[in-house]
Order: sequence, then C-alpha cells, then structure tokens
Amino acid sequence: MNHVQFNRRRFIQASSAASVLGLAAGCASTGAGSGGKVVVVGGGYGGATAAKYLRLWSEGRIEVTLVEPNEAFISCPISNLVIGGSRQMADITTSYDNLAKRHGVKIVRDRAAAIDLDKRQVRLAGGATLPYDRLVLSPGVDFMWDALPGLGKPGARDKVLHAWKAGPQTVALRRQLEAMPDGGVYAITIPLAPYRCPPGPYERACQVAHYFSKAKPKSKVLVLDANDDVTSKGPLFKKAWADRYKGIIEYRPKHNTVDVDAATGTLKFDFNDDVKAQVLNVLPPMRAGDIAHNAGLTTANKRWCEVDWLTMESKAAKNVHVLGDALQIAPAMPKSGHMANQHGKVAAAAIVALLAGREPNPLPLYNNTCYSFVSDTDVVHVASVHRYDAAQKTMVTVPGSGGVSTAASELEGQYAMAWARNIWADSLA
Amino acid sequence: MKPSSTAGLAAAALLAAASAAQAQTDPLQVRSWAAACANCHGTNGQAQAGNQPLAGASQSEMLKKLMEFKSGARPATIMHQLSKGYTDEQLAAIAGWFAAQKK
Repeated sequence: MNHVQFNRRRFIQASSAASVLGLAAGCASTGAGSGGKVVVVGGGYGGATAAKYLRLWSEGRIEVTLVEPNEAFISCPISNLVIGGSRQMADITTSYDNLAKRHGVKIVRDRAAAIDLDKRQVRLAGGATLPYDRLVLSPGVDFMWDALPGLGKPGARDKVLHAWKAGPQTVALRRQLEAMPDGGVYAITIPLAPYRCPPGPYERACQVAHYFSKAKPKSKVLVLDANDDVTSKGPLFKKAWADRYKGIIEYRPKHNTVDVDAATGTLKFDFNDDVKAQVLNVLPPMRAGDIAHNAGLTTANKRWCEVDWLTMESKAAKNVHVLGDALQIAPAMPKSGHMANQHGKVAAAAIVALLAGREPNPLPLYNNTCYSFVSDTDVVHVASVHRYDAAQKTMVTVPGSGGVSTAASELEGQYAMAWARNIWADSLA
Repeated sequence: MKPSSTAGLAAAALLAAASAAQAQTDPLQVRSWAAACANCHGTNGQAQAGNQPLAGASQSEMLKKLMEFKSGARPATIMHQLSKGYTDEQLAAIAGWFAAQKK
C-alpha cells in the first residue's frame, strides 16, 4: 500500500505541474488532461501500443508523447516476404498519423539520446528535453558489433547486412539477392539464443529458397546456426526444407560466427572451417537497445532489462517501464512483436492505475501467436498463453495450453495476414 | 448427446455461475485480459478483415464456441491451443466483456 500512497502523492504533484504547463502553453494540446505525463520512447510494436492504450484507458487524461525517429512504422513480421519478393515495403508500412489524429498522442520525430533518471527527463538528439512522470522504453535491440571485429572496418556493414530491423536494409538485402548470379550462395548466420524473433531466420531461409526455386534454381541457401538445433518450430521448418527446398537449403547447427571478412565474403567460426558466399546475411549477437543500455537498465548479463511483470517497471530504475525485445524474458516467452504489443497493454493498464492511485492488475494473462511463412502462401504457427505466477514473481506458460501447427497450410497463411492487419491496427490505428 | 450440445449446456451452466461471480471480478482486470485478444480480433473486438469480430457478439454464443475449442469438439488452427490457457470463468468474463462492446 505504501507504493500506491507514494504514487498518489506524486500524481497530485505531477498534475499540478501539468496544469501549470498547460496554462503556459495556452492549452493547445489535444485532449491533454490532468492525469500526468508519460513519455514513450520507441514506436515499434511495444511503444506504439502503450501510447495508444495509455490514451484510451486514461480516457485522454494522461498526456502521452511518443518519441520515434522513423517517419512511419515498418513491420519486422512479414518483412521476410519482402526479402523473398512476394510483398513490397508498402505492404509492411503503417503511418503514425492515427495515433495523433484519433488518440491525441503527441508524436515527436526525433531520437532519444539519453535519460536523466533523477530529473525524470528524456534528452532528445535534437537538443530538447521532455519531462515525464513515467517513462515507457520500447527500445528494441541493438547489435553487439564487438563480437564481429571485421564488421568494424569501413564500409563492411554496408556490404554485409543484417536486415533484422525492417527498413532500408530489408530493401538492400532484396537487391543483393536479385543481383546475385544463378549458382551463387546466400548464407545467413544465427547467433546463440536469445535473439529477436526466434523463428525469423528459418522463415527467411524459406523465403530466399522460395525465390531461388522460381528464379535462380542453381543457387543455394546456407543456414549457419550457432545453436545446437533449430530454436523454434524445428520439425515444421525441417519438413519444409526437406519437402519443398531439397537441394537448395542446407542447415548446419553449432556454427558460431566469430568474424566476417566483408571484402572476400568469408565467414569465420570458432570451431568450423571458413565459409564463403556471394551474399552474406549476418545476424550479430543482440542486446537491449542503446538508450536502455546506456541508462544502466541492462542488469541481466549486461544485455537485457529486468522488470516487475505486474507493471513492466524496471528493476533498476523507478518510474521507467520497459517493453518488448529488450527484456530479460520470462520462461518460454519469445522476443516477438506480438509479445511486445501485450507488454505495451500491461504497462498502459498499470501506469493508468498507478497514476490514479489504484493497485495494478494482480494477474496479467496474455498470449503469443507467431506465424512463419514457409513459402509465399503456406504458413506454420506457434502459440502460447502466459500468466503471472505470484510465488515465482514471473510470467509462466499455462500447462496444457499452446502448441504448433500440425502442418503448413494456405489457411494459416490467410490467418497470418489477418493477424498482421489486426495487430497493425491494434498498435497504430 | 452431441458434443456441441453438451458444450452448450456446460456453457449455460457456466454463464449462470459466472454472472454470480461477476460482481467480484474487477472489470478493469477483465478489460486487460480481453485486450490480449485484440492482436488478432481488433481493439475492443472490432476486427479488421480476415478474423472474427467479437464486439457486441452474444456472450453465450462466444462462450459456447470457446468451450468447444477448449474441449476439442470444434476444429481450429489455433484457438484450441489458446483457449486451454484460460479457466472457464476467465473465458466467461472475457466473452461478457466483448459482448458489452460497441460493434
């Protein structure tokens, strides 16, 4: 109860501060109430959802500012189909306009440069500072480039792409595949788990192989995985590779990439022989995004952010809530866009409750569904349900729930696209 | 008796029990649980094309379907796996919340 009383007191301070600012600014903002100020950093699945639901569930009383450097939202889910050539960038791009127009979220197109935890301010790259009562960080992942020294050479990262943040690299990787002569090799390297989107690399292998099977039948896909085996939907992917892409996809587990020579197109491993390929697609080891890392929030292994699962509040910093791929995950919880959207709603509900002096929901309960395309039409899924366990103070999967597809199907392909339309609208419209 | 009518009876009994229990359920908690369905079924159950809208649908019909998914009586690609993650009472409360939303 102390926690709640503390928050109620601060809430009163915050609301008087907000109304003073509102007067000074001539009350120009849309629907800004007296319920406090929340700054959301990062407009991906987690941050966009948190911003929208904070406005919805506070009935406009909380002033919400979303800081996002990109002009529009570009979805990582479905982006492998752009690389495979069956979808275009426009198909995976959604405007941020509805968050502003329909929900009154203030959108600041800038990059968050630093957080002052004591002053409760976010400093933007453009120089401005944004004060907050509560901060939501949805920073995604950044790459641990030190693990791959050769990619520190000038120009190396322009030639060897990750395309693991949907955007310009998605298009650039597609161009590299189009430019590759038939008979060439595309190699994708996978870091040790955990990394963003466990099944994503295997789906990408399917998409590139699908393209090769139609356009460049003498070409090969090499999957070089640091893990002991396929980390998600293993039997379903292996069946797709055997049935659909025999002779095109070769899977090699226990291949931990330790360096890359971009000039010669060579991959180096800790125990295996070097591999050369015409198109290298290297997924470096990942950690929480720089903004969270630099603020000292990556308390798990210096890579991931630990949170209280009832509120998504950081264990390292008060009044800061962290979402999505940046988290030290709970058991069997994937780093997925779907999960980040769920985190955004948990954080939004908790912040609305805390700023109004109420206890947050003691039993968060949500699900994950993840679809992977094994061709341009056929899809497999994995699903799970996660609930809070008060004794263990973490999220656990509900016994007997969840599972995977029995086989790839076109019907699930239709549901996968319906999922995409719905989650894009749920997060952004 | 057909499996579907068994599920129907079970759903009706559950609804009666659920409405008695509903007074004790925090509506904001149910709203949060229901929001976890929005990823596929749309914000407040107002779905985009391709998935079933839930806003304003009949609570008893939604609950009957959910119980059939959970028992395996109704074929599904994914809902048979997800519905097993929720208690019967949670499903009844979530169905009730969607029934009360504007179509």
